[in-house]
Amino acid sequence: MTIYLKPSIRRAGLLAAGILLAQTALSSTALADERADLMAKHRGGTMTLAAVSAAGTIDPMINYTAQFWQIYQMTYDGLVKFKQAGGTDGFEIVPAIAEEIPQPTNDGKTYVFKIRKGIKFSNGKDVTPSDVVASFQRIFKVKGPTTGSFYNGIVGSDKCIADAATCTLEGGVVGDDAAGTVTINLTAPDSEIFSKLAVPHASILPADAPLADAGTTPIAGTGAYYFESYNPTEQLVMKRNPHFKEWSADAQPDGYADEIIYKFGLTEEAMINAIINGQIDWMYDTPPSDRLPEIGAKYASQIHIDPLAAFWYAPMNTNLAPFDNIKVRQAVNYALDRDALVGLFGGEVLAQPTCQILPPDFPGHVDDCLYTTEASPEWIGADMEKAKQLVEESGTKGQKVTVIAEDNATSRGVGTYIQSVLSELGYDASMKAVSPNIQFTYIQNTSNNVQISISQWYMDYPAASNFLNVLLSCASFTPGSDASINISGYCNKDLDAKMKEAMTLALTDADAANAKWAEVDKGFMEQSPIAPLFTPKSVNFTSARLGNYLFNKQNRWITSQSWVK
Amino acid sequence: MTDITEAIRVHAPAVSSRPSSGPWRRAWHILKRDRATLLAAAVFVLIILSTLAAPLYARYVSGTDPFRSNLSARIMVDGKRVKVMQASTEGLGLGVTPIGPTWGPQYLLGADTQGRDVAARLLYGGRNSLLIAASATVICLCLAALVGISAGFFGGWVDKILSRILDILWAFPVYLLAISLSIVLISQGIVIGPIEIGSDSLLLPIFIIGIIYVPYVARPLRGRVLSLKQSEFVLAARGLGIPAWRILLHDILPNVSTMLIVFVPLMMGLNIITESSLSFLSIGVQAPDASWGTIIQDGQTLLYTRPVVALAPGIAIVLTVLSLNVLGDSLRDALDPRTKLV
Repeated sequence: MTIYLKPSIRRAGLLAAGILLAQTALSSTALADERADLMAKHRGGTMTLAAVSAAGTIDPMINYTAQFWQIYQMTYDGLVKFKQAGGTDGFEIVPAIAEEIPQPTNDGKTYVFKIRKGIKFSNGKDVTPSDVVASFQRIFKVKGPTTGSFYNGIVGSDKCIADAATCTLEGGVVGDDAAGTVTINLTAPDSEIFSKLAVPHASILPADAPLADAGTTPIAGTGAYYFESYNPTEQLVMKRNPHFKEWSADAQPDGYADEIIYKFGLTEEAMINAIINGQIDWMYDTPPSDRLPEIGAKYASQIHIDPLAAFWYAPMNTNLAPFDNIKVRQAVNYALDRDALVGLFGGEVLAQPTCQILPPDFPGHVDDCLYTTEASPEWIGADMEKAKQLVEESGTKGQKVTVIAEDNATSRGVGTYIQSVLSELGYDASMKAVSPNIQFTYIQNTSNNVQISISQWYMDYPAASNFLNVLLSCASFTPGSDASINISGYCNKDLDAKMKEAMTLALTDADAANAKWAEVDKGFMEQSPIAPLFTPKSVNFTSARLGNYLFNKQNRWITSQSWVK
Repeated sequence: MTDITEAIRVHAPAVSSRPSSGPWRRAWHILKRDRATLLAAAVFVLIILSTLAAPLYARYVSGTDPFRSNLSARIMVDGKRVKVMQASTEGLGLGVTPIGPTWGPQYLLGADTQGRDVAARLLYGGRNSLLIAASATVICLCLAALVGISAGFFGGWVDKILSRILDILWAFPVYLLAISLSIVLISQGIVIGPIEIGSDSLLLPIFIIGIIYVPYVARPLRGRVLSLKQSEFVLAARGLGIPAWRILLHDILPNVSTMLIVFVPLMMGLNIITESSLSFLSIGVQAPDASWGTIIQDGQTLLYTRPVVALAPGIAIVLTVLSLNVLGDSLRDALDPRTKLV
């Protein structure tokens, strides 16, 4: 249908459009000028970061930790990337190695990415479509942890998963060096494909990158910084990439500091003292609760508190007594005093109670708490009477229950509290703290017969499926495996079908999909395979000299955009 | 020439007129004259009595269950109703700190991170620490006596086998052995036929601590038995054809019993420290039970704001071990004067 307008209206419209365009161009130029001024003023210096321990391999396709994903933002890029901007802008996906975000063709199953020209790896080589194809093959060849969950929708991925060594992704990822394009073909439309391509596991690496876990040997990247050396027991040194020219301020902005040193092996107390004394600029670990009142009072300007899309929860093994009884699981949800748990995490400034799976302000979240004292959309208080009644009805009173927590202060505190609640409910409860190095895999493996445990989940990307589908789908439950992220071992075919429906719906109608996810969230909570505890916030304590702190909701503090000079 | 029988007869009345006091009576006389010993004994007895009174204290004085989290509780302090877990009100209001010592009946020493009464937990924890240490001492000394006396007395292949077993145990650094055993046993528990010991049972630390120090007691015992075997009265007994078991019971055992008794307080002190160390590392006493070690672990995260949570059990350990060491030294001086340092 064509609309005919009067010439005067058309002229006015053109004028308005012109003014808008000019305004956008001017504001962009102004922002660029402002950034150039700041860069001239603050560029240089050495920024020192610290953490209790390193996060394992430096390989961006294998490492699956929030700690290193944060620093991969300034060292590696994918075809697309989450925007390096503060707040919820960080959820926006922007083109990175690709010139622009392509429109899907072939009924949403094909994407053609035009590779940006002039990008170089830190080893001086140009980025080509061949590197992109090799990088996607490498994800499977190094058996990345998300091959089966994020990238199993690419044509040819099934063969790659079956036989990684001969992986070609034939017909799945096709490069054309002459045209400068890479085509990705999917087996079915995927509403989350760009999110999956924007995480570090889909980083573009040189085609000659080793086809095994790089371990402590850094691989060249396209970011503003490169890893010069990595010793997990000592430090990780990042320096300016000598071949980097800012090709997208949204995806990979130039950094302020000349050098970033990440030290490992300090205790939390030592790091707090070092920040106060100006010896380090930031610590990865949350400040110990014992020091929070002091730093919150004396160094308030150096504390940054930001919301996280995450939650702490207690998975209950639905295949083991007494939690194979829905009444017991519901009783635990009724009995837990989330306010008390928030206190254990550091108080209401640092966490908020929750009795739902999706975090507040997250796509698909609708306030609808089923387990609270009064009918209320939000959690108000624990209902111990109701909980005790449910336990009576279940006939499981007196059974032995062991809570498995991580052997660190907060997790042990939460575990002890839950053990105390279970004792109050009439169980013979005990708590066991397991080393943080093994707890996460230990509680996943059904062979260990874990009844109830303490765990946390931080989103990989902003989609409801990243919580509900990942944590509770039937596909996420693999009995006897250390990698069975559905810790409760709960499989509900109806809810699985609803999740598939929501994911399909997201391709065409995001709002309808979110409504469906809210329904799924409630459906899971009715069955209570887990007990959500609280939503934590990020606490960053920085040195007095550190400036321009920006928090990105996707990847947390944007390290490269802070200055120390 | 003097008749030897005559000489004996002449001196005999002098000896018989003053009957021998015996080693036990002599030791008691020495001990009760030593003020340091009496003070150490008084401190130790006081600690034992206090820990035995833990349930009474928790019920009638503090009025709280020291094994239940009490995060939302409020108590009266100086006529005001205050929260046990107090949120910071300064600056950004970060952190929640447990109430400090009230020096009153409730929360005398303050609360821990779970809002539990530290004083009540200290008494309950002491019960477990002392129970584990005492039981482990009994196990250790029984095993060490069996092994050390057998090896020393029978010699030959018995000695060779037992000594090599002791050598193997001795080759492990004692804490490494304790930690290794604890990690394995506490994660799985022990199941031997119909006997099942849960991973949270106090029997596990008792068993582990009882085992690891056996070589340290058995070795000196073996040495003592070897030297006793060469003593004149044992040689004489053998020469008279007295059976080996009688020599063992009547000549060897009484002579090593003083040595074993000297070991009791020393081993108990050592065991208290070992138990606390293992519990501090989360591989000893398991929640909800408490011991001085677990309370120190709880207090570790409160060192800045509530140091008393870690200090109180620390002081209790120091006092107990110090009193036991003083008692041990005094017992050694009294019962085994040959080992007294000049």
